[in-house]
Amino acid sequence: MIKKCIKATYVGLILLLLYAPILLLAVYSFNEVDLIGTWGAFSLEHYAKLFGDPVILEMIGNTVGLALLAAALSTVLGTAGALGFYYSKKRTRTIMYGASQIPVINAEIVTALALAIAFVTVGLEKSYFTLLIGHMIICTPFVVLSVTPKLKQMDNSLYEAALDLGASPTKALFKVVLPQIIPGVISGFMLAITLSLDDYIVTSYCKPSGFNTISTYVYNATTKGNAHTAETLASFWALTTIIFVIILAVVLIANLVDGKKKEDRT
Amino acid sequence: MKIPRISRKTLGIPYAVFLICFVIIPMLIIVVYAFTDQNMRFSFENFIEFFSDPTKLSTIVYSLVIALLTTCFTLLIAYPVAYILARSKMKKKYVLLLLFVTPMWINFVLRVNAIRELLNWIGLLGETNYFNTVLGMVYDFLPFMILPLYTTMIKIDNSLLEASADLGGNPFVTFTRVTVPLSMPGVLSGITMVFLPSMTNYVVSDMLGNSKITIIGKFIETYFGTDWHMGSMIALILLVIVFATTALSGGFRSENNTRGATI
Repeated sequence: MIKKCIKATYVGLILLLLYAPILLLAVYSFNEVDLIGTWGAFSLEHYAKLFGDPVILEMIGNTVGLALLAAALSTVLGTAGALGFYYSKKRTRTIMYGASQIPVINAEIVTALALAIAFVTVGLEKSYFTLLIGHMIICTPFVVLSVTPKLKQMDNSLYEAALDLGASPTKALFKVVLPQIIPGVISGFMLAITLSLDDYIVTSYCKPSGFNTISTYVYNATTKGNAHTAETLASFWALTTIIFVIILAVVLIANLVDGKKKEDRT
Repeated sequence: MKIPRISRKTLGIPYAVFLICFVIIPMLIIVVYAFTDQNMRFSFENFIEFFSDPTKLSTIVYSLVIALLTTCFTLLIAYPVAYILARSKMKKKYVLLLLFVTPMWINFVLRVNAIRELLNWIGLLGETNYFNTVLGMVYDFLPFMILPLYTTMIKIDNSLLEASADLGGNPFVTFTRVTVPLSMPGVLSGITMVFLPSMTNYVVSDMLGNSKITIIGKFIETYFGTDWHMGSMIALILLVIVFATTALSGGFRSENNTRGATI
């Protein structure tokens, strides 16, 4: 019994510490004063500031738009890549899987530096295009990583049966192969979105000047904070709280649905 | 209309081209820059200068110490958590695990900013730069350690633990002789997943260390503005370290690097 208490306390304590900074911001995001530790009165001022600042709204839009676009392109590129590599000769396959792993294993700063230097070498100016390429480099390998196991589990005879029954290879690919790997494709897409949303280093090396995502904006505001006021920093508390609530809701709903499915199956 | 026939192999070509253009060629360019001088003539100058300059070497040592401390603390905190969760008979323990992973989905910089505000509030920001950096890294990379540990521990066969008990092993012996060795693969992939970012992710050290701490990643960043040749050399050295560690720890395990998205 005592043992159980100790275990529960330990897990609870670590969870509490893990959430403490976020909860602190969540509480003070409703504070009238933009100072943590001094409670003025309950106010939605920071939220009003957040939604009233066109610069902040633009960077939120940039972040989400870039994540969706990069994830969509990475998913198409990565799924096609995983399929192509899977059906290639063993040697080609090993080499290509290896090449695809480089950005995953590599330190992000090395990927970013190499890419930025390469862009300058070929005379390509930083633009939305270079930024998109940067994000696709981070995302696509993970799409390949989540699609490939599904390909390995797939029943190959189904594809052959489709061909025997007169389906063209293209049709068989879309009607037989794709439905079998779709869970991997979807989790690859979701993973790509989270990776893109989270990224700072590659973004800062590939983005055109004047373009900001949440990561670069908040980083610049806190480390080179001369041009930014305490008000801007306080509106980040509101932003953190909103994102936290959204994530919590998504996670809980996804797992309630998933948990129900699991219970139904057993 | 005739639909063009797609051979299945050719589907891989776009991604192969993409990898060659944006991953392999940039890496080769880095190698070229690392082994040339300002006039683009072949030289070992950068390599020699790197290893003979005490300030550069001390930066690397500091960075390694920070990464080592971060990895140790993360492992010390995460191991009991993963162990308790994996051995728990609770029905909904995956919800608990999920709670440990959820903060990972908040934007990284916003998360670091949250610790920054907390440290500012208790008055440590700008005072204890090294402590703040390690604390921030432990906080941010903890889920990367918990996940691989949990996935290995959940696979440990219960009957092995029972067998150990039946053969007279007390809980401590069972833990050190059965659980720990069997969880080693998880420990290794956890270490590789925490050690590398804590050497290179300079967002944490900049935001929490008051921009006073230079880790290897930041070092490369500063050279990007001044000397690409030296910057490329440091990046190349880092690359070698990374691939050596990956090879030593038994290759890369994909299932642990999905950042919890598949739970």
